[in-house]
Amino acid sequence: MKNHVLRPLFVVIIGVALLLVVRHFMVPADFGVQEGGNFTYNFHRLSNVEDWKNFKVKYRGREYCQECHEENAASILDSPHEVIQCENCHGPAIDHPDNPETLAIDTSRAQCLRCHTYLPYPTSQRSELPGIDPQDHNPGENCVDCHNPHNPDLENM
Amino acid sequence: MSCSRRDLLKNTFKATLASTLPLSAFKMLSPAQVKASVGDANVRWVFLVDTQKCVGCGLCVKACKNENEVPYDPPITRTWVERYVLMKNGQSHIESPFGGRDGYTDTSIHENEIPADQIAKGFFVSKLCNQCKKPACVQVCPVGATYQTLDGVVLVDRKWCIGCGYCIMACPYGMRFFHPVHKVAEKCTFCYHRIIKGMKTACVQNCPFEARLIGNLKDPNDPVTKIIMNQRVSVLKDEYGTKPQVYYIGLDTNVR
Ligand code: HEC
Ligand code: HEC
Ligand code: HEC
Ligand code: HEC
Repeated sequence: MKNHVLRPLFVVIIGVALLLVVRHFMVPADFGVQEGGNFTYNFHRLSNVEDWKNFKVKYRGREYCQECHEENAASILDSPHEVIQCENCHGPAIDHPDNPETLAIDTSRAQCLRCHTYLPYPTSQRSELPGIDPQDHNPGENCVDCHNPHNPDLENM
Repeated sequence: MSCSRRDLLKNTFKATLASTLPLSAFKMLSPAQVKASVGDANVRWVFLVDTQKCVGCGLCVKACKNENEVPYDPPITRTWVERYVLMKNGQSHIESPFGGRDGYTDTSIHENEIPADQIAKGFFVSKLCNQCKKPACVQVCPVGATYQTLDGVVLVDRKWCIGCGYCIMACPYGMRFFHPVHKVAEKCTFCYHRIIKGMKTACVQNCPFEARLIGNLKDPNDPVTKIIMNQRVSVLKDEYGTKPQVYYIGLDTNVR
């Protein structure tokens, strides 16, 4: 039957069918199936949550360092720097000691000035930290030439 | 066909019942309620920032960038620390160079020397994704690439994101940015790979002063939950209605 109404209709039906077939192959099976989720906030590819869970951990924490660098850990834990994590100064462990084999030793002044530049802020803990003026306090020399970063207590200098 | 008055009334009553019952049944099963009853009811990650304790060392920003492979030198970051210096004459100096990554090691701001005796308040505020209960960034995503996990963290599917940037525009907090390597929208994940293993986020672990804390709001014994429930805390930009879940102690009106 040749009919000017039916013919375009068939074209539309074929178009829709094609779209559904393509959609079937394009959309992953785990898309939008979050149980207990809702359409507004939980419409996603479920396996992506696993992708994020498997992201690599790089900062391992002080307990890890303690296993091998006992002396440094003991020293810092008994010092005013007790609160500072090793990796703040030495960078992330990642797979150290396998990869990287050693961690960075940064003796720059910048490392220490983050906390020890004196800032005169009455409402901040910053002004309570022992502070120095970097322009006045032995400029040009590395802080660790005089201060022990793992035990900065002035009594032990 | 004849119809008595009694039948008419009866049928009208039935029809009314029949047409309203499913409606009310539908209402009782609103998605939010279903989610509340079915979803993972045991965990809701929240964050607490104590601005009183922050000294502006920037170690959280450094740790976050390294942990989450955010390119170190471009001026993009998932979390940052802002410096506020409010003068006695009402003037304010606010800055966050490179997100505070290298700390604040200079008393001058934007090359202006700040006279110490004129300072009324000076403090630091760290910012990160608020992991909103009703995230605007998720609502606007046209492809379902960004979503909220059942424990409340908003993530981005890097394979699925088309980089249209709607979410970057939608976030009232400006937390999202474009990742120059993966070419997708990027945001703080509350270090999802760490917290689900029982570790702290990189920024929390590396903060020496406990200015940043992460906890589970659904655990009444969690120290963070106790603070949020019992102390005076506030959130940023409450008026946007996104129900942010990063709580602050000691916010000032100058902090937006
Ligand atoms: C499994 C044992 C082990 C653990 C755990 C470990 N290290 Fe090491 N570390 C080593 C070894 C081995 C070396 C290489 C020593 C050498 O070359 O003299 C090293 C070297 C270093 C160095 C360089 C020392 C130098 O003199 O050049 C630093 C800094 C360092 N580690 C810091 C850390 C920190 C921080 C952690 C914790 C995040 C850590 N290490 C965890 C075994 C370990
Ligand atoms: C405040 C910053 C800081 C912290 C925190 C810190 N270190 Fe160090 N560390 C340094 C600096 C600076 C040096 C280089 C000292 C020098 O050259 O005199 C160093 C040197 C080292 C060395 C090699 C030389 C040595 O003394 O044996 C090791 C190993 C080391 N640190 C391990 C650790 C471990 C483990 C921790 C955590 C328990 C830690 N560090 C915490 C700054 C720090
Ligand atoms: C994360 C911030 C931070 C960094 C980085 C840091 N310190 Fe400290 N430092 C502290 C804190 C906190 C104290 C203890 C303050 C107290 O006891 O009230 C301290 C104490 C000290 C003291 C002792 C001051 C006194 O009056 O006893 C010295 C010296 C010192 N640090 C030197 C350094 C040096 C050198 C570096 C760089 C290797 C460094 N610090 C890096 C936070 C920091
Ligand atoms: C030439 C050696 C030397 C160098 C280099 C040096 N210091 Fe000191 N520092 C001292 C001495 C000595 C004292 C104790 C006497 C004093 O207060 O001046 C001291 C005191 C301090 C104090 C305690 C101040 C207080 O009032 O409690 C801090 C903090 C400090 N230094 C940090 C640093 C930092 C950070 C650097 C690097 C930017 C640094 N120092 C470099 C010798 C040095």
